[in-house]
Amino acid sequence: MNEIWNYIIENQASIGAYMLEHIQLVGLSVIIAIAIGLPLGIYLTTNEELAETVLQVANVIMTVPSIALFGIMIPILSIINHGIGFVPAVIALILYSQLPIIRNTYVAINNVDPHIRDAANGLGMSTMQRLLRVEIPNALPIIMAGVRQAVVMNIGIGAIAAFIGAGGLGVLINQGISRSNTTMVLTGAIAISILAIVADGLLGILQKRMTPKGFQQ
Amino acid sequence: MIKFDGVTKVYGDKVKAVDDVSFEVPEGNIVVFLGPSGCGKTTTLRMVNRLESITEGKIFVNGTDVNSLNQIELRRNIGYVIQHNGLFPNMTIEDNVMAVPNLLSWDRKKKTDRYNHLMDLIGLNPDEYRKRYPHELSGGQQQRVGIARAMAADPPVMLMDEPFGALDPVIRSRIQNEFLQIQQEVKKTILFVSHDIDEAIKMGDGIAIFEGGKLMQYDSPSELLARPKNEFVREFVGQDRALKSLSLHTVKDLISERMLRKADGLQKHNKKTITVETNLRDALSILLNQEADQLFVQANNKLVGAMRIDDVEAYLHHHIK
Repeated sequence: MNEIWNYIIENQASIGAYMLEHIQLVGLSVIIAIAIGLPLGIYLTTNEELAETVLQVANVIMTVPSIALFGIMIPILSIINHGIGFVPAVIALILYSQLPIIRNTYVAINNVDPHIRDAANGLGMSTMQRLLRVEIPNALPIIMAGVRQAVVMNIGIGAIAAFIGAGGLGVLINQGISRSNTTMVLTGAIAISILAIVADGLLGILQKRMTPKGFQQ
Repeated sequence: MIKFDGVTKVYGDKVKAVDDVSFEVPEGNIVVFLGPSGCGKTTTLRMVNRLESITEGKIFVNGTDVNSLNQIELRRNIGYVIQHNGLFPNMTIEDNVMAVPNLLSWDRKKKTDRYNHLMDLIGLNPDEYRKRYPHELSGGQQQRVGIARAMAADPPVMLMDEPFGALDPVIRSRIQNEFLQIQQEVKKTILFVSHDIDEAIKMGDGIAIFEGGKLMQYDSPSELLARPKNEFVREFVGQDRALKSLSLHTVKDLISERMLRKADGLQKHNKKTITVETNLRDALSILLNQEADQLFVQANNKLVGAMRIDDVEAYLHHHIK
């Protein structure tokens, strides 16, 4: 325990930098994932057949081992000279985030009480008004739960991104393994865990904030 | 005001949910669509604001074919109330009631005035409920708010799909009465779906009975009870249709046809006083419950006479049937 503590004190600067990289990696990938997944999830509620296919594909992506996915990225992105590093890592994390975000958005919008949707239509709301005023606000807690899941998951998977040179806290683990330095490996693992716990807590608070006040507890 | 002209709804290739229905609803009337589940009453209602498309035939509202209008505009001009109130749980009561004015971008002053007026109309304190949410209200209050929301932009026509169906009998009866009061004031043209014959008799100026997508009979409640057109209608209104028709008449009607007995003020036991506004069904119930041998009838707090069971019976035989 003491060793780890000493290691952290001695290497604060570099650990801080790795952590920042890690946050950037996960943050950027989740933001892009939301920008893709949210509209896609909403669109899928209007197209049952496509929904089936897309959710299947997202499911399959989830089952690909992360190290393999990073590996696949290398030849593909080499074409544009980004075979290793930040870009393939972000793309892989975006792919992993799609399932929880698309699925939760799709399920949440689909599960909005049909009577409420009927009332919205009957009052003369356009599709867009119905989505913005009624469906999305009522679906938001579940959508946020998906985002939260994606963030926490990506903080974990992000550690492996170090193997393709994307930086982040995975670097500590990667180097620790090759140098047989248990302290380094543990430090990296603990830092990632703490990051995940803090992110989960903050997003939990955000999720509560975004839950409409009118919802029964 | 609302005209159905050969309206037909076909699902898929074959299933005829509504089959060649034609009738007219005069302005300011409540017409109840009555029938068992799956008879086409709700589908007929939902074709008016085009929540269901019309397969064949035409529906005119105020002389305009609904199919010729923009769907969104049409719906904003027709109030819509459903059984499960359909209030938006994420919005406050004020935002719920003002849903349509918000869509129409009314200015703040106009909205506040309208909200206050509507809440007064439905008997809820505007300020007390303004910032509250639907789940904090009882079922009856939610249903009232649902009605206020439907009336927000003052549409001339309202569609009500079993609006009181989910309420318990006591609350339902109270809200029915309140709603009739409101209707006296606002005089909307209302289409009202129900599966309850008693509700139909109470609420309707006219009743349209449906079965298997076909319109069986369209008449006033008293006509429907007195002269059911066919076996189905006869069965649907029930064996006790004579009794039901009594609820359409008050003691006042009876007095206009028959002299009342002289009230025997000296008789001490078993007397009970009712007003001339009491309907004959309730009066008969009191007599049958043996709460009294005869009922003393009051008009404007003055005793005008007494009545017994045989008075009701004679009135029924001579003037209703």
